[in-house]
Amino acid sequence: MTPPSSSSPPDRRPLIAFAWLWVLIPLGYGIYELVRKATQLFTG
Amino acid sequence: MTPPIAPPGWSRWLVPPAALSVHLSIGQAYAWSVFKPPLESALDLTGTQSALPFQLGIVMLGLSAAFGGTLVERNGPRWAMTVALICFSSGFLLASLGAATEQYWLIVFGYGFVGGVGLGIGYISPVSTLIKWFPDRPGMATGIAIMGFGGGALIASPWSAQMIESFGADSGGIALAFLVHGLTYAVFMSLGVLLVRVPRPKETADGKPPELTGVQVSAQQAIRTPQFWCLWVVLCMNVTAGIGILEKAAPMITDFFADTSTPVSVSAAAGFVALLSAANMAGRIGWSSTSDLIGRKNIYRLYLGAGAVMYLLIVAFGDSSKPLFILCALVILSFYGGGFATIPAYLKDLFGTYQVGAIHGRLLTAWSTAGVLGPLIVNWVADSQESAGRSGPGLYGLSLTIMIGLLIVGFVANELVRPVDPRHHHIPAQRKASDDSSVEQQSA
Repeated sequence: MTPPSSSSPPDRRPLIAFAWLWVLIPLGYGIYELVRKATQLFTG
Repeated sequence: MTPPIAPPGWSRWLVPPAALSVHLSIGQAYAWSVFKPPLESALDLTGTQSALPFQLGIVMLGLSAAFGGTLVERNGPRWAMTVALICFSSGFLLASLGAATEQYWLIVFGYGFVGGVGLGIGYISPVSTLIKWFPDRPGMATGIAIMGFGGGALIASPWSAQMIESFGADSGGIALAFLVHGLTYAVFMSLGVLLVRVPRPKETADGKPPELTGVQVSAQQAIRTPQFWCLWVVLCMNVTAGIGILEKAAPMITDFFADTSTPVSVSAAAGFVALLSAANMAGRIGWSSTSDLIGRKNIYRLYLGAGAVMYLLIVAFGDSSKPLFILCALVILSFYGGGFATIPAYLKDLFGTYQVGAIHGRLLTAWSTAGVLGPLIVNWVADSQESAGRSGPGLYGLSLTIMIGLLIVGFVANELVRPVDPRHHHIPAQRKASDDSSVEQQSA
């Protein structure tokens, strides 16, 4: 039987923030371009 | 390859971005049309020829998801994402070589065949893992990933167009654009490979991992159940109905209101298509998350039942109300996206988590079928109505009515879904024991 580890797991919050920014920044660019184009329905 | 097990303290919120990095990349497939005009002029191709890489890619998506699903379940999400990364990126690199040497067959083979395998394996790679990490919200979890597939085209479309503009629309410029795509997507998808983990199995009091509980059906067994085929019909009908609008969205809104006092311009029609893409993407996350609250069967009742009503309103009101037409089309497209995103959670409810990714892969053949069926119906009907001298809403009345019929068929198929008969259930421990004894009998 192994003794319980006294060290707490590392803080994952910076990694979570980085991972979400990695995917949300390009997605935000895509949505921005989409909104720009979609407004043509009302202005074009 | 052993599936990567999460270390203690690993957050489940790291898994959706891992899935998104893959789906946002492979979703590029729906932005292929950006490359069509430059390819046609640079390599002297027809419109049909320039569509070949995309078409082969979608066929390979269906085939590799259907036949590679069991491998994905066996080897885990990291293996699957690695395969997707290698195939999708090297598909672009081969296409780049094809464009540089003006060998079009190499573009078709690279992007369509090799890249298409990456599309299929990548599409199903995170599904089973997400469901295991989010047993409380499987609809939301798979909705995030599958929304990424829709989002991929939103990113790639302006990005690829900008690249062609900068590098030039000749074969050298296209080759450079393909090269940059291949390398960028390899880096972008690597986040998924590095981050994805399967949850740690909870240990029982005696230190052994517990057996899977509840309904668990293998992929091989699932395709022998009526439930699988009912869902196949549901997905096929829902996708066909969505494609009914998507395929002809721009000419449809222009033709519908051509004879009114407020005709729709070409740029406004492009805006309408963009708005439909937004509804498609929002439906994937929105409706799929709602299914966690109201249940999978009820949400498909909404997609198929209310979808039919929306089509009926378009037929009934014709060109009398533009806002109503736009609203109905947006709702239909949100149901189209929702139908894609909710199906993995529906499969999990019926067949359990044991091989849900592989079952999902097999069900995607419904998508391939709808991809052929939808455009065929809409284009054929529109052409025949035009030959018959019809114009305006009359061009589309028949095809919209056919879509209502298809949605009703899907609605009935959804009503026929019942819990899976226990004789189809897979009980790993018992099955393993029986497999072991049959091996011993064969060896003896």
